[in-house]
Amino acid sequence: MATAQTRTLSRIMMAPAVIVLLIWMIVPLVMTLWFSFQNYSLINPMMTGFAGWANYLYVIGDPSFTQSLVNTLILVGGVLIITVVGGTFLALLLDQPLWGQGILRIIVISPFFVMPPVAALIWKNGFMHPGYGMLGHLWKFFGLQPVDWFNQYPLFSVIVIVAWQWLPFATLILLTALQSLSEEQREAAEMDGANAINRFYYIILPHMARSITIVILIQTIFLLGIFAEIRVTTGGGPGYASTNIAFLVFRTGILSNDIGAGSAGGMVAVVIANVVAFFLMRAVGKNLDA
Amino acid sequence: MARNVSVQTKIGFTIAAWAIALLLFSPILWVVLTAFKTEAEAIANTPTFLPQNFTLENFGAVQDRSDYFKHAFNSIVVSVGSTLLGLLIGIPAAWAMAFAPTKRTKDVLMWMLSTKMMPAVGVLIPIYLIFRDLRLLDTLQGLTIIMTLINLPIIIWMLYTYFKEIPIDILEAARMDGAELYNEIVHVLIPMALPGIASTLLLNVILAWNEAFWTITLTSGRAGTLTAFISSFSSPQGLFLAKLSAASLLAIAPILLMGWFSQKQLVRGLTFGAVK
Repeated sequence: MATAQTRTLSRIMMAPAVIVLLIWMIVPLVMTLWFSFQNYSLINPMMTGFAGWANYLYVIGDPSFTQSLVNTLILVGGVLIITVVGGTFLALLLDQPLWGQGILRIIVISPFFVMPPVAALIWKNGFMHPGYGMLGHLWKFFGLQPVDWFNQYPLFSVIVIVAWQWLPFATLILLTALQSLSEEQREAAEMDGANAINRFYYIILPHMARSITIVILIQTIFLLGIFAEIRVTTGGGPGYASTNIAFLVFRTGILSNDIGAGSAGGMVAVVIANVVAFFLMRAVGKNLDA
Repeated sequence: MARNVSVQTKIGFTIAAWAIALLLFSPILWVVLTAFKTEAEAIANTPTFLPQNFTLENFGAVQDRSDYFKHAFNSIVVSVGSTLLGLLIGIPAAWAMAFAPTKRTKDVLMWMLSTKMMPAVGVLIPIYLIFRDLRLLDTLQGLTIIMTLINLPIIIWMLYTYFKEIPIDILEAARMDGAELYNEIVHVLIPMALPGIASTLLLNVILAWNEAFWTITLTSGRAGTLTAFISSFSSPQGLFLAKLSAASLLAIAPILLMGWFSQKQLVRGLTFGAVK
């Protein structure tokens, strides 16, 4: 099998991938870490030198950080609840005997393929605009005052847009898992007299549990970095009302040119993501040999 | 699938499922319909469903005003270029992990996956400064490199799961017949794994096409892709509804079609083989 020759060959074949990913992973991260301890502003070049924990204290001590952190949690949590609950429900529905299953699958998955800025702008201009958005028309139809979504409920509006994009993903994964449940198992439960609710709790839900975990973990990775949707709709505002950690780093580092503070914020984002990643890796790793 | 239910139940499920599906699809439908309306009709107080004065002028206007084709070209170069580059680096690596595994192969795979977990904002600032110093800001080369790096773990993972399904005996038989490694990969492995490679290619083109963090932060005018192009419509509101829709439709239509074909592979690719 694995002779010394193939082992050498194997290393050579893997080398390019390993090397580029190693560089990609280490170099920028070390730089971010370095900058986060430096006084480094593109606006004020006189300000240089070691900053100690000053950048971290500045970023974490600022009220905008606490708000961004809370916003990040609400954004991730809100979208997860909508997509997992909605996705489970929708997957169960699509798994029932009905006409046009193939076409339905395609229709339901479509929003996932819409690029984030387009998704955000459709919702912003076509639906949530108080003047000519479809929701505004709907509200007026019922004699209600149209809502100015992005000014009154900025974070909620962003959650709606992001949930719309990720609900199809959750549905598709959960539907795939559901369809791998053997028919015999279901029929056996049915014959044993289990009603629909019992079948859901004791047969279907345990079978889907692992897929739900994976959906949650993968979505969390992506949702922590939500950026374009905020950029094109609210710009993080009003104030910091819809700024998450990712957008705060962009605001501080790129828009305000404060490299040191932006980097400190970036490191905080890395730590948060690593906690999530730890659990995802364990979930995926367990399955590697199966 | 062949559960016995009454026709009434089936009708009920069908209606419920179609209603929800169409509700979810309505924003896309809105784009498609509005793209063919006049601006006046698009913002009319009483909204119309189908375009009353069917027009194609929005598409022309979008091209004239913001040079759609330049951005589309940039999107194609970056998404296809980064995917091909990724396959070039990924196929040998996946071959090694699938057919000549060592004790550490599993660790290497997990480590590659972990690079995907790194939040983009964590490295945005150094990448921005490096790109500025190397004059890679707002260039297609720079963007292609970044896109290759962020999608490489997914490419390798997908290829690995597809390669694993090919019996090693066949590759060994080729080896016995004296096939060089190059021939083994190009003439035996790639033709056999072609469906898997094609799905990998498709999914990664889609992911790169829709990537909207690096494309927005690292480009401005020259190398802007369609994501950056669409984002530029975020400030001038109001009068642009029909043109915005036309631009949006042009930006999402090709990927929507590709997505419909690759939805099965999407599950496998985005869950790293954990859900099949």
